[in-house]
Amino acid sequence: MTVKTATGTAATLPKTGPGGAGRRFWAWLNERMPVEEFISSQATKYYAPKNFNLWYYFGSLALVVLVLQLVTGIFLTMFYKPGETTAFDSVQFIMREVDYGWLIRYLHSTGASFFFIVVYLHMFRAFLYGSYRRPRELLWLIGMAVYLVLMAEAFMGYVLPWGNMSFWGAQVIINLFGTIPGIGPDLVLWIRGDYGIADATLNRFFALHVAALPLALIGVVALHLVALHEVGSNNPDGIEIHDKVDKDGKPLDGVAFHPYYTVKDFVGIGVLLVLLAIVVFFVPTLGGLFLEAPNFEPANPISTPEDITPVWYFTPYYAILRAVPDQRIGALLLLIAVMLFLFVPWLDRSPVRSMRYRGWISRSALAIFVVSFVGLGYLGLQPALGVYVIIARVLAVLYFCFFLLMPIYTRLDPVKPVPERLVYHAH
Amino acid sequence: MADHAVTAGGDEVDLSRRKFLTRATIATGAVGAVFAAVPFIESWSPSERARAAGAPVTLDLSKLEPGQMTTPVWRRQPIYVVRRTPDMVSRIAGHDADLKDPHSQDSKQPQYARNDLRSRTPEFLVLIGICTHLGCLPKQRFAAGELYPSWPGGFHCPCHGSRFDLAGRVFDGSPASVNLVVPPYSYPKETLLLIGADEKGVAS
Amino acid sequence: MRTEAAHGCVAGRTGRVFLALALLAAACSPVRVPAAEEAEGKFGADWEHWRADTRVADRASLQRGARNFAGYCLGCHSLKYERWARLGADLAVPEQLLQQDLVPPGRKASDYIATSMPAADAETWFGKVPPDLSLMVRARGADYIYQFLTTFYVDPSRQTGANNLRLPTTAMPDVLSEVEGLKKAVYRTETVTVEGKPQSEQVFDHFEMLAPGRLSLAEYDGFVRDTVNFLDYVSDPSQTQRHQLGVWVVLFLLLFTWLAWLVKREYWKDVH
Repeated sequence: MTVKTATGTAATLPKTGPGGAGRRFWAWLNERMPVEEFISSQATKYYAPKNFNLWYYFGSLALVVLVLQLVTGIFLTMFYKPGETTAFDSVQFIMREVDYGWLIRYLHSTGASFFFIVVYLHMFRAFLYGSYRRPRELLWLIGMAVYLVLMAEAFMGYVLPWGNMSFWGAQVIINLFGTIPGIGPDLVLWIRGDYGIADATLNRFFALHVAALPLALIGVVALHLVALHEVGSNNPDGIEIHDKVDKDGKPLDGVAFHPYYTVKDFVGIGVLLVLLAIVVFFVPTLGGLFLEAPNFEPANPISTPEDITPVWYFTPYYAILRAVPDQRIGALLLLIAVMLFLFVPWLDRSPVRSMRYRGWISRSALAIFVVSFVGLGYLGLQPALGVYVIIARVLAVLYFCFFLLMPIYTRLDPVKPVPERLVYHAH
Repeated sequence: MADHAVTAGGDEVDLSRRKFLTRATIATGAVGAVFAAVPFIESWSPSERARAAGAPVTLDLSKLEPGQMTTPVWRRQPIYVVRRTPDMVSRIAGHDADLKDPHSQDSKQPQYARNDLRSRTPEFLVLIGICTHLGCLPKQRFAAGELYPSWPGGFHCPCHGSRFDLAGRVFDGSPASVNLVVPPYSYPKETLLLIGADEKGVAS
Repeated sequence: MRTEAAHGCVAGRTGRVFLALALLAAACSPVRVPAAEEAEGKFGADWEHWRADTRVADRASLQRGARNFAGYCLGCHSLKYERWARLGADLAVPEQLLQQDLVPPGRKASDYIATSMPAADAETWFGKVPPDLSLMVRARGADYIYQFLTTFYVDPSRQTGANNLRLPTTAMPDVLSEVEGLKKAVYRTETVTVEGKPQSEQVFDHFEMLAPGRLSLAEYDGFVRDTVNFLDYVSDPSQTQRHQLGVWVVLFLLLFTWLAWLVKREYWKDVH
């Protein structure tokens, strides 16, 4: 039986045989919605390079963590009470008096950190294999939009427990906006809704964190997937698999996403869940990295914690901010440090895509960048004193050089010949 | 049904092994998903705070006059505590034919209230003051003949007209189908009523 | 290790055997006394390295800690997020004993653990309200609390007559002096270079006991450890349940991951 699907194409769906009622329903459904077509074009007949390695797990893992955060977040909202006088107590209520409240809370706090671990590794893959290059520049830009929305979401989420670090972290970061020439102080007052971080700030951050930003996040993630499926995935060799197809149009070096990558991704998900469970059940604070000690005291406008540090995933940028002795320039450099990522597709002038076929210059540059990013991250957690400041300045310079000198060193870099076909070893 | 197939590369594939493994993994995953759902579903149970607020409630019965009703709250529900006079007790009998469930077979009460007086002692009646129809609070109409000449006294619900006698038993012609509910209760001392706990312990 | 065996008969073979057994016993017992320097008479020299080593699974210790808290801390400090009933359930204290020995008169077991001291009075007497301790171990760390409770010393210059190494000029008086005894801080002079010029300053060297308390020093150490253990539990009451559940969850997830990997390997045989 041939049916005309909602989009006008023809699909052959058997009407008789075993499971007749099921098949008839499926045919009825597909006359009205392109379900079969969608599954086919996005999974069973969507081809991905067969040589994906470890670095290619993190996209699907990011999606899993997003779902985790949405579900645990919704359940937390059922018990959390936003408000200066109620927020901190309501978190303790969740931890102690709601059945399994502690589990939902720890899943959410651990999930937030895992989100950034996965996203940073996911972004790093792009640097390894040139996944931001033509024709994937827009994919990269949308990915950067996901990153920015995620950072805003995480920042606002951290304020909600209304612990002392929530309060002071918010105070410091929002004060950064005060450095904008002219409109700065008014902008800060507008963001806060009061003369200091207060109930008004908390409540609006709650609305943004629970409703507005999750919607925005889901929206950009959807766009990210649409853009991806339009151009297809890159791969470790940086070769376009659609350049070599068989007589049916199927890429020679591709495999159907379903079942091959669905089964592979489930292994990745299993490993992620094991690691997540180990943290959630045995070390949820991770020594103060995932849940910071000062946040176990209620917000106190007249008592700053000894060291105000953001959560670990913001610390590289925080270290750059603190490395600069001028407040305004420091804030500007922090902004530039984040925004430089946007320009990478155009800064990279290498004739080859993947690091596999690039030379020692590009590889060293990337290695130095990793060292500076991780190093700055570590320094951002320490007090800004003595030798730490000097090292932070050096690393900040290296960080900026990675981007700003990229057009030069990627052209000087001695590249290797790129093979015709994918390098794949059966496993 | 073929157990083996040949792939594009020409190798033999053991389809039955593939099917078995996939099904085993999906089954394990499904079990995991069910277990994972448990904490979320459990989180909706009454919290420690709700359970603490729902602890048993005491009432000093010596303050209650004969023929009077007082309404303490237990677990956010009004509890009708009536001190029945001997006359009121006598008006409970004699109209079994007009009742839907005269022996409380379909109604909800602890075993010690499963009698025609629906209470531990004749003098005190303890009911949950919520109409078993759709949840309004019935009003007390204890006087004989108050509603109509043959009215023996009891409760009348203003919302849809359900009628209950002085033991909380529902009359024929009422939209409600079962008698008013009796909560667990006990007398730790003769003049002290404890609502929400009895020999079986605190009500769950 | 401050036992008779350590100070006394170490010389002969019998002494060494006895010492070895004593050390073994000390290593196995839950009560451990702050480490090595004491043998040289320098009690407290290494106070900054003292660790609390809490064991929240040790229910007996938690019970003793709860009793200590109710007896010595509850007068000023509340545990406002913990209910008596929860404490009773988690520490396996029978309901009657809980109501009789722990819950203050007039309060119900379902109440939160409140202090009897009115906040306004506390502020007048101490200059600040004694903080609630429900989350103190999480906020400052178990080691901090342990060090705080073991480094009080006599200081006549202060209104409370006491001072503390972990939290200098603390507003809290040395309420445990009855149990621990009284000790004073002995300083030594050290020369430091400040802005290029040598300067002498007083540096804490060690403690000296002035008067014994109800408990010996080793017993007091156990007392403090039990109390810190208890506060660790209060900071995160679900931790024992969490660990137990976690073992099963991780095992199950490892099983699932292994099965998923077998499926993956099976399907990827197709790919060349």
